Amino acid sequence: MRSNARNYYLIPYLAWIALFVVAPIALIVYYSFHDIEGGFTLDNYAKFFTPVYLKMALSSFWYALLITLFSLLVAYPTALILTRTKHKQLWLLLIILPSWVNLLLKAYAFIGLFGTYGLANALLETIGIGRKQILFTDFSFVFVAVYIFIPFMILPIFNSLEEMNKSLIHAARDLGASAWTTFRRVIFPLTLGGVKAGCQAVFIPALSLFMLTRLIAGNRVITLGTAIEQHFLVTMDWGMGATIAVFLVIIMALIMVVTGQGRGSIR
Amino acid sequence: MKDDAIIRFDQVTMRYGPEDVVLDKVSFELQPGKFYTLLGPSGCGKTTILRLIAGFADPTEGTVYIGDVPMNGVPANKRRVNTVFQDYALFPHLNVFENVAFGLRIKKLKKDVIQAKVSEALRFVNLVGYENRKISEMSGGQRQRVAIARAIVNEPDVLLLDEPLSALDLKLRTEMQVELRELQRRLGITFVFVTHDQEEALAMSDEIYVLNKGRIQQSGTPIDIYDEPINRFVADFIGESNILEGKMIRDYRVEFGGSEFDCVDGGFLPNELVEIVIRPEDLEVVSPEEGKLKVRVESQLFRGVHYEIVGRDRSGNRWLVHSTRSVKVGDEIGLRFGPEAIHVMRFGETEEDFDRRLEAFAEVNHAK
Repeated sequence: MRSNARNYYLIPYLAWIALFVVAPIALIVYYSFHDIEGGFTLDNYAKFFTPVYLKMALSSFWYALLITLFSLLVAYPTALILTRTKHKQLWLLLIILPSWVNLLLKAYAFIGLFGTYGLANALLETIGIGRKQILFTDFSFVFVAVYIFIPFMILPIFNSLEEMNKSLIHAARDLGASAWTTFRRVIFPLTLGGVKAGCQAVFIPALSLFMLTRLIAGNRVITLGTAIEQHFLVTMDWGMGATIAVFLVIIMALIMVVTGQGRGSIR
Repeated sequence: MKDDAIIRFDQVTMRYGPEDVVLDKVSFELQPGKFYTLLGPSGCGKTTILRLIAGFADPTEGTVYIGDVPMNGVPANKRRVNTVFQDYALFPHLNVFENVAFGLRIKKLKKDVIQAKVSEALRFVNLVGYENRKISEMSGGQRQRVAIARAIVNEPDVLLLDEPLSALDLKLRTEMQVELRELQRRLGITFVFVTHDQEEALAMSDEIYVLNKGRIQQSGTPIDIYDEPINRFVADFIGESNILEGKMIRDYRVEFGGSEFDCVDGGFLPNELVEIVIRPEDLEVVSPEEGKLKVRVESQLFRGVHYEIVGRDRSGNRWLVHSTRSVKVGDEIGLRFGPEAIHVMRFGETEEDFDRRLEAFAEVNHAK
């Protein structure tokens, strides 16, 4: 009887999941088997394996990888320094704060900064390098994407660093390890869980970025996210767009499984 | 003796803030191959001393020497000392073997050498066969042994132990006390053991340093410290004791509790006010007529090995007695004790003054 009553409490959650998780995915899968006229077809899947789409998938991967890597390179030392500051919660808040600002606003801000007459170019000119094309390059795309994702990388790494027993660092030093060896053999392996969580939080959304590719990279970078947007909004080929989305979902699930492994064994 | 000290503190002060003095001009020397205990209540500075030796902190003033070399500014990884941490600080991502091998791998020793040394260290702490266990699969006592093996495998000159037994249950703690003492004898290296447990300190040490409020109160063998505490703090902290105010009538004659008694202490001014210590186990319960003091029993507790009796004498002093004889609450009993059971302490006497008085007084006695 009691367990029955408990089951009733689950209804809102189950309804939520059915409505906003299961149904959309089912719809995407459903659309992916239909052509532009609405007839059943497998052509969309065949088309995905043509060089055009494979190249797109590969470039998505490549950019997502670059973005994740640079985020990690910036975020790890930052998190490490944060754990040693006096007012770490305040600093953390300051780092997280920008992530509450709308993505579009931040993108426009960077257009202003990186534009031909923007702050960055003004700076380059004063130090004698001269104006450069910054906006609409790979560099600006990766730079802005890294800027946007950094809080999501810092947070899990910061937490895993905080959770780590500080006397382990003393122990490693006591046993003869230099500061670098201590980091390599103790601190980093023990915060791998946080690194993995951070990489997930960055890599997966980075795979499907589309707004930045248009605004910052000027459509020179075409990722799977861009392709989905184009198919749904421009070519109106919902079937193909849905097919790409299905592949994105599969790839994300795979990444979750792969990076999720062994996280429990750290303790 | 001064030259072969393995660790020397020279006027070491440690301050975390202008008001927050953790160590106050501490000086001492440790000889190689002995078992030292730093004993004191929490916040007395004992762990700070350990951290200064290990190299996790540098003194605000003064110098720490290891061997003859001043160690100020030398990082922990460049010191030939190893630490067994209070929480063991074993690496959770490595198995037992790799934990013990950690220091050897950093020294880049050959694989077979590492294998041999780790095996030997694990044999030393009775952990053969546990090489591939995860740390999370080990019990508290076993983790303790891994931590010891991980430290001694590096063959340090000094092993520092920071309250390593405090997390163990009583029975295991007693076992580990014996084992640690045994281990120190076999290895022949200096152990510096930090604890707040006076029984542990008395049972294990060659020499004890009693600390309070950042100063060394007294140092000496366990017997010295127990029998001849220098002040009220030491007497109170080490073992249980009856501490009373008294007056030295003259040498070997002291007055307290309203009567005069013979004692064995001397070197005082006539009629000097003093404190006297009598250990509860040195008091013998007898009939009121036979006793040197009459005490009214207020409470009695059965402690297993003995009864813990609390009574009050006619001048209102509280007496703690350990006796195998049971008494009745409310009865008057007599207490008997010999002159050597009375230990007289001078107010505010430092350790140096105490030693000087004992020496001078021994010479006088000798001359007689």
